[in-house]
Amino acid sequence: MAERSFSEEVELLRAGAGTELHMEGILAVTKALLQSGVAYVGGYQGAPISHLMDVLNDAQEILGELGVHFETNASEAAAAAMLAASVNYPLRGAVTWKSTVGTNVASDALANLASGGVTGGALIVIGEDYGEGSSIMQERSHAFAMKSQIWLLDPRPHLPLITEMVEKGFELSEASNTPVMLELRIRACHVYGRFTAKDNRAPTMTVREAAANPVRDTSRIVLPPANFLHEREKIEQRWPAALRFIKEHRLNEFFGEGGDIGIVVQGGLYNSLIRALRILGLSDDFGATRIPLYCLNVTYPLLDDEFLCFCEGKRAVLVVEEGQPDFIEQSFHKTLRQAGSDVRLFGKDCLPTWGEYTTGAILGGLRKFLEAAAPAMLAPPAQSAVQAFDPAAARIPVRDLSAVVPQRPAGFCTGCPERPIFSAMKLLQQETGPMHVSCDIGCHLFSILPPFGIGNTTMGYGLGGAGGSAFNAKGGAPVVNVIGDGGFWHNGLTSGIGGAVFNQNDNIFLIVDNNYSAATGGQDIPSSRAAPGNRKGNNSIERAVDGVGVNWIRTVDTYDVAAVKATLKEAAESGVSGPKVIVARNECMLNKQRRVKRERSDALKAGERVSRSRFYVDADTCTGDHACMRLSGCPSLTLRANPNPLREDPVAYVDNSCVGCGLCGANAHAAVLCPSFARADVVSNPGWGERLLHDIRHTLIGALQRWSERRRERRLAVLGA
Amino acid sequence: MSVLRPITIAVTALGGQGGGVLADWIRALGEGNDYIAQSTSVPGVAQRTGATVYYLELFPAAAAAQAGREPVLSLFAVPGDVDVVIAAELMEAGRAVQRGFVTPDRTVLIASNHRAYAIAEKTAQGNGIADSAAVIEAATAAARHLVLFDMQAVAEAAGSVISASLFGALGASGVLPFGRDAFEAVIREGGVGVAASLRAFGMAWDLAQAAANTVAPAVDAAPASVLPQGSPLADRIRGQLPLALHDTAWEGVRQLVDYQDARYAGQYLDALQGIAALDRAEDGHALSLAVGRHLALWMCYQDVIRVASQKTRSARYADIRREVLAGTAELVEPVEFMHPRLEEICDLMPAALGRWVLGSGGFREWLERFFRKGRMVRTYSLRGFLMLGSLAALRPFRRMTLRHAIEHERIGVWLARIGNAARHDRALAAEIARCQRLLKGYSDTQARGWRSFSRIMDHVDHAPAGSLRAADIAGLREAALADEDGKALDAALAV
Repeated sequence: MAERSFSEEVELLRAGAGTELHMEGILAVTKALLQSGVAYVGGYQGAPISHLMDVLNDAQEILGELGVHFETNASEAAAAAMLAASVNYPLRGAVTWKSTVGTNVASDALANLASGGVTGGALIVIGEDYGEGSSIMQERSHAFAMKSQIWLLDPRPHLPLITEMVEKGFELSEASNTPVMLELRIRACHVYGRFTAKDNRAPTMTVREAAANPVRDTSRIVLPPANFLHEREKIEQRWPAALRFIKEHRLNEFFGEGGDIGIVVQGGLYNSLIRALRILGLSDDFGATRIPLYCLNVTYPLLDDEFLCFCEGKRAVLVVEEGQPDFIEQSFHKTLRQAGSDVRLFGKDCLPTWGEYTTGAILGGLRKFLEAAAPAMLAPPAQSAVQAFDPAAARIPVRDLSAVVPQRPAGFCTGCPERPIFSAMKLLQQETGPMHVSCDIGCHLFSILPPFGIGNTTMGYGLGGAGGSAFNAKGGAPVVNVIGDGGFWHNGLTSGIGGAVFNQNDNIFLIVDNNYSAATGGQDIPSSRAAPGNRKGNNSIERAVDGVGVNWIRTVDTYDVAAVKATLKEAAESGVSGPKVIVARNECMLNKQRRVKRERSDALKAGERVSRSRFYVDADTCTGDHACMRLSGCPSLTLRANPNPLREDPVAYVDNSCVGCGLCGANAHAAVLCPSFARADVVSNPGWGERLLHDIRHTLIGALQRWSERRRERRLAVLGA
Repeated sequence: MSVLRPITIAVTALGGQGGGVLADWIRALGEGNDYIAQSTSVPGVAQRTGATVYYLELFPAAAAAQAGREPVLSLFAVPGDVDVVIAAELMEAGRAVQRGFVTPDRTVLIASNHRAYAIAEKTAQGNGIADSAAVIEAATAAARHLVLFDMQAVAEAAGSVISASLFGALGASGVLPFGRDAFEAVIREGGVGVAASLRAFGMAWDLAQAAANTVAPAVDAAPASVLPQGSPLADRIRGQLPLALHDTAWEGVRQLVDYQDARYAGQYLDALQGIAALDRAEDGHALSLAVGRHLALWMCYQDVIRVASQKTRSARYADIRREVLAGTAELVEPVEFMHPRLEEICDLMPAALGRWVLGSGGFREWLERFFRKGRMVRTYSLRGFLMLGSLAALRPFRRMTLRHAIEHERIGVWLARIGNAARHDRALAAEIARCQRLLKGYSDTQARGWRSFSRIMDHVDHAPAGSLRAADIAGLREAALADEDGKALDAALAV
């Protein structure tokens, strides 16, 4: 069950020809897949392409009607391997993942696929998690296209073009027997725009039909001598076929004409470039540019003759290419040199050599380019808006806020079941001293950030176990390897746990089981308790671990801080040889709340007894040390002004976003924090017996309170009126 | 070149604040009123409590139709090119200013001035809260027009979420060319929580219209003298302490009478008077003010009697009910998380007995077995209330307890140290007094605070006469608050 329900979007997928659709970029791609007669779709969830997976998962009915196979693959490698179905059969297949991390994982299968080539169109939709908000290493997918010879599409972020490029991508793939990657930057995935739908098309051949009529062609298999032939085929046949197709179908675009300078831009950056030109008065908002543009909707392969043709009559050309290395710029330099051209090529000498090309970054680069190549074009136009771009010129009397505005590192959500694990580890480390902790990918990686500061390295999804494998000093300091349930099934079971059993590694393996692939949007995984539809969930992590030969397995409730701490300590002191596996289990609170809120409101409406809990801090008892927050970091555990006018430090305060997970209480006990914490159990629609007991208690206690408060008033009388 | 340009809007929010809903509404508003609308966002990890920006552009459809072309809309907010910034929290408004999205020639800034504290603000051992006034000052200077009020409070009052009140403030600001009906229609079409959203929207609309360009931060009115007539303690303060001290001393007295009794408050005034005699008016009685504040706090040390008394008051129960938004028909049962250790129990014993138990070795170990686990106490069960109530009722015997003896011995030494220092450096003495701020919390936290305090006091006691400056002690105190493991204080003391 994903974080979001896509039932409305699923209906949009049925839209027929001529319907104007308004939707997010990645959903437009999903619709375009169905319009392209795709026979199978797979992938592995991750920002920014999770919605493609989620919406198809909710669209089983439509997929069934069209005869399209859909599955959530076990990993990106599995997804890429699934494209093998397009090797022998004219089946159009598409897979998707987050890049570059997913492409890294997939690269073995991709290389095999690209070597043998494809018969049916094979499209890989990659969501480029680069720039603002990214949580991964900043690299380019371009390198994968180059190394394996896979074509790379980078369309303008304009939904009509993006959806068209999906179809063209399949055609290009078939025309050149080569897999094609469609690269979408994160903002393009999430851009909400409009396009005109076409009818969905059932695949000309279904996977069922293909399997019934097997085709075998050893020349497509990566084994000698075919592997040597493949390399030659790539250069002699597939490459020229691709160039022909790209040229004939005008996949790259030219805008504007005249003048003796020009700009080459990756399609994905086109809108930003146009905005930068408009700000400089060199284009209007419809893209009527005064500087000719060569827009690369295909960034690999590059068409030398198209480029040279664009350069004709120009003195200088700027290449706007995001990320590094500057593959495109390098390639065009070679093209110009071989052609004996004297066109001056600008690129990363004007633009930033690294980092996201925001409109602001492009604007700066464009200015430098024009200063060098055509300073006359920079003459200040009449619009006052241009002035505003120079903060100094605008004379904004703003004080520097960099020391004032606090950073907001990502953290665990309110009530997250993973937070208590790290509270326990922090407490344990206060006793034992710091430990080496090898981390994985997933929400639990936030342990590295404040307030926990736990974790030394992270080497990739599912690799938390393997990342600690070198530390196997018998009888030495305990090393903890953290693995999420998502990473566990992705590969951690074999790469981490299986490897540790085989190598008799004594490390502690902490498997964080929150029931979902939570960080990517709460998708189901093999151990999810209730996997709906045509999936089998509830596959036990403990049994899997037992199956690969682990002898020491414990399962703990994550909210029981004392138990988590004690179990970690037990594992560290056990003296048992081989890996010690602790499964720390509790459901992702985001998903749980979505379910529980609905159940609660239904029950309340039906007049049933419903109880909820929330924590409360006694502002008079709290002394404002904030030790509780250094062990928690929960968004709902926050601050407010000290009610005691003599005290300066703010006190702890629990706001109404608290879901009553219990961590505050468990921490107060485990860390012997302070007696300020209380839990308020609130009962709606109580039974009559419960109400009666409550009333009796409160009547008696009320009498005692009145007595003691009278005594207090007498004492306070000395303070006068 | 065309003078047409899209309306550019940036929504800056925290993950989970519903910025996406607001962006959806604005987009629907544009699309429903003949604008071409584009929005984009970067959810990613920012969704998990980080700061995030939603960006929208609205372009008149008629102009596009006239041109016969589609506008090319940007996916990024460009510094200096943003018409509207909507900040769902004050520091996010500050961040938008910092990023250059708010410029005086064009930007209308609509911001909620409530605070959602960042982790660094929360985990500080003292007061880590960022300077709101600085952000408001910068936002006022940077924006063409600023709409600033607590939109979170408005939303809560309406039983809704902040996206609705932000939408109301946006509408009322008049920056978008759409009427109130158009805004409300969008909320209605959303179909979820419509009534509450419309309520929050309307309240925010009214407030935004009522508000002038800026809302001045609340300024405390100069307080009148708080000393009442007819109280012997107030009379004593009036007669024996300088005017500058009256407020602080009275607050101290008030708290001490409540904590113990009038005699205890008298004891406080005795000590304060002694310090005041060493103080001078020319530095604003800074020393006496510091002692007045910190002596009262120290004398009201948090012992079991005090905590039990706080937990059993009827006003507290009412506050809990209010805080958890309990309806009149709902039952509320507080459960206390307490972890009394043997130390706290011995603190309650007569001093000699308590000292004997703590020093008894085997007997102590045997007793400790009963105090290893935390306890959950239902305050409003008869058993729970009687237990807490009986502990609170020990107040008259407090002076006999071990804890009282320990605290007052320490207070005595501290006061003497302040007195000694005051004879040649009053500022230094005031800083020594302010070190009481380190003494807070319970159990380990309390022990850590006492350790830091003692180390600084040792430093004071062993420094050659005249070598210490007030700023040194203030620096040491800040170092003690900088981290939990005392490394900063180690480093500061090593200098």
